[in-house]
Amino acid sequence: MAGHHDEYQVHRAKILTPAFYVLLFFTVLGFLLIAYRFVMGIGAVSNLSDGYPWGIWIAYDVATSTAFACGGYAMALVIYIMNRMKYHPLIRSALVTSMFGYMLAGMSVMVDVGRYWNAYSFFIPSRWQPNSVMFEVAVCIMAYNVVLIIEVLPAILERFIHMKDNRFPKLKHYAMIIYPKLDKVLIFIVILGITLPSMHQSSLGSMLIIAKSKLNPIWHTEILPLLFIINALYIGYATVIFESFASSMAFRRPFEKEVQQLSRIIPYVTGIWLTVRFIDLYVRGQLSAAFAGDFYSWMFMAEMLLILTGTYILMWNQYRRSPRMVFIAAMFLLIGGGWFRFNVYLIGFKPHGNWSYFPSLPEFFITIGLVAFEILGYMVLVKLFPIMPKVHGHEATAETAKAH
Amino acid sequence: MKKTRRDFLKTAAAGGALMLAPLSASAQQEIKADDEAVGMFYDSTLCVGCKACVSKCKQVNDMAAAPMPGDNDRVWDAPNDLDYRTRNIIKLYKDEQDPTKHAYVKYQCMHCIKPSCVSACPVSAMQKEAGTGIVFYDKNICIGCRYCQVACPFNIPKFEWPETFPKIVKCDLCKFTNLKLKNIPACCEVCPTNAVIFGKRKDLLAEAKRRQAENPGKYEKHIYGEFEVGGTNVIYLAGTSFDNLGFPELEKESAALMSEHVQHTVYKGFIAPVALYGFLAFVALRNRKSAEEVAHEHELEHELEVEIEHELEKEKHEKEGKH
Repeated sequence: MAGHHDEYQVHRAKILTPAFYVLLFFTVLGFLLIAYRFVMGIGAVSNLSDGYPWGIWIAYDVATSTAFACGGYAMALVIYIMNRMKYHPLIRSALVTSMFGYMLAGMSVMVDVGRYWNAYSFFIPSRWQPNSVMFEVAVCIMAYNVVLIIEVLPAILERFIHMKDNRFPKLKHYAMIIYPKLDKVLIFIVILGITLPSMHQSSLGSMLIIAKSKLNPIWHTEILPLLFIINALYIGYATVIFESFASSMAFRRPFEKEVQQLSRIIPYVTGIWLTVRFIDLYVRGQLSAAFAGDFYSWMFMAEMLLILTGTYILMWNQYRRSPRMVFIAAMFLLIGGGWFRFNVYLIGFKPHGNWSYFPSLPEFFITIGLVAFEILGYMVLVKLFPIMPKVHGHEATAETAKAH
Repeated sequence: MKKTRRDFLKTAAAGGALMLAPLSASAQQEIKADDEAVGMFYDSTLCVGCKACVSKCKQVNDMAAAPMPGDNDRVWDAPNDLDYRTRNIIKLYKDEQDPTKHAYVKYQCMHCIKPSCVSACPVSAMQKEAGTGIVFYDKNICIGCRYCQVACPFNIPKFEWPETFPKIVKCDLCKFTNLKLKNIPACCEVCPTNAVIFGKRKDLLAEAKRRQAENPGKYEKHIYGEFEVGGTNVIYLAGTSFDNLGFPELEKESAALMSEHVQHTVYKGFIAPVALYGFLAFVALRNRKSAEEVAHEHELEHELEVEIEHELEKEKHEKEGKH
């Protein structure tokens, strides 16, 4: 099914570039700090408190980064459900980005939870707690991590099957046995890969419903799950655009034309989101609070401005024809969409009493380290396996060859 | 193509309906305390601020001291607020205009009738004891995610931030210590003025109302905990407003119930996710069948599979050749 093996190519380039070493430095720094946290405790590395028990490790690494990792989800929806096969070449790189994004979330959670050795509780039915939103999110994200690995697997297998020098005959043998079988069931895994994010991305919004007395009413609403899932979709498309442009710059590949076409979808999605958002504020009588001009109101308006600007740019054909404008619009939507999630998880969150939170340096560097690790993994994987869309035309190939 | 767009809209509508379902559902069900539920009643006007309850609580529950800043010899246990060493604390409120006006207040777990921490905990480490309604914690199950802290409207569960192997700390009405041994929580046992008393919630509530009726003008009309977030098993009377005493102003509705309502509407019997999966699979399989590209894809797949078969055969031959 995903066997368009002529659609993808291994990006043939050096792995050990200067960028590799920079990322490696931050990765190592992050992991050293993580080691320190496991010895000295969470209090030793973070500014978390009993008032702000969740910081950027949850607000960014879990709540926001998994939205950035919704490229695979958003693309699968366009390709398989909306039946736009022309976007198929983009899916693998989107899936790899998703895989690393969700891996980052998983690793951060293990750094963040205090009693990680009890995490097996999720596999003991007597401890299951279906009332808990966290329970659904945790189980669903674990399952989706597995689904993503299976979805990326064909790229890995193809590499071994097509290996010319036959360095790993055993691997090649097994790859050849697994590949056709996997191909037959893959569509059902892909559908699972659309169902699961629909579930946990909405639940990530439901998570804060229970904290009603602490979350500012501009953001606290019963339809948080709906807002989060639509938000995940447009962030997903924006990520695919961002990732495609970033890799075309970093790897000196030509732009993928499909990406520009894809950007047409975004204004529809953001339009629905903005409509739902404003109707909800109106119905709950919070519109005046949203524009009251205080701190929370400014945070709300920043969120709106970013998303509106990104949407506005993509509404015009002449802007969509310019790769730079499409990229800028995608950045607006990534930051604006992420801003919304930060508002829900951190900025709009104010517990009763005198509490404050700003992340500590080690907290930042642990997050940066994990993100660096994520990018590093992506950069290495696309240079080893057929993941990037195939470059069409001689000119492009010549250009790529010259660059390296 | 037009057809598929309509399909997509249908899918989106179905998905949207799924998420919006909670809105259309009925209002909140009523929360009722169990007749056997136990709790505490604290009368701020009777408290003399001796803190006997604080030290006794620490003693029976084996809690560490919280030294004052600058107290290098660790002579005094002087907790500033509730934290991982302090489940129960007495604080003083002073009127800004008239310093002679003051009141004490006692903080500890409110033992909600519908506790958010219990609703939030993904692994049932926070539990509400059937009958008594005591909200207690099991560290052997807890994964330390701190969702209970996020969920609690009173900021009661505390986390051992400096510890390598931390746990959550909160009042459990001495369920495993004093209550088990002497049938009364430590703070209520030692209180010299009976400012805090232990009993069944319904009796405590009746007593609070009796005191209000017998002493007109002495108390605020508001009994804190009677209705807050669906009612709590610990209730308060005071001579000054509860805002002055540092209590949050809370709605009668329980956010835990709201959260569960949304969650159960979406996930009831797991029907919606399965239906979503089925619908998506139906659309995707039909799309695959109709797509032109798929024919091409099949060709390529077939080629590759033939190639694989060929290769496997070759391997087999090679092996046989070896023998």
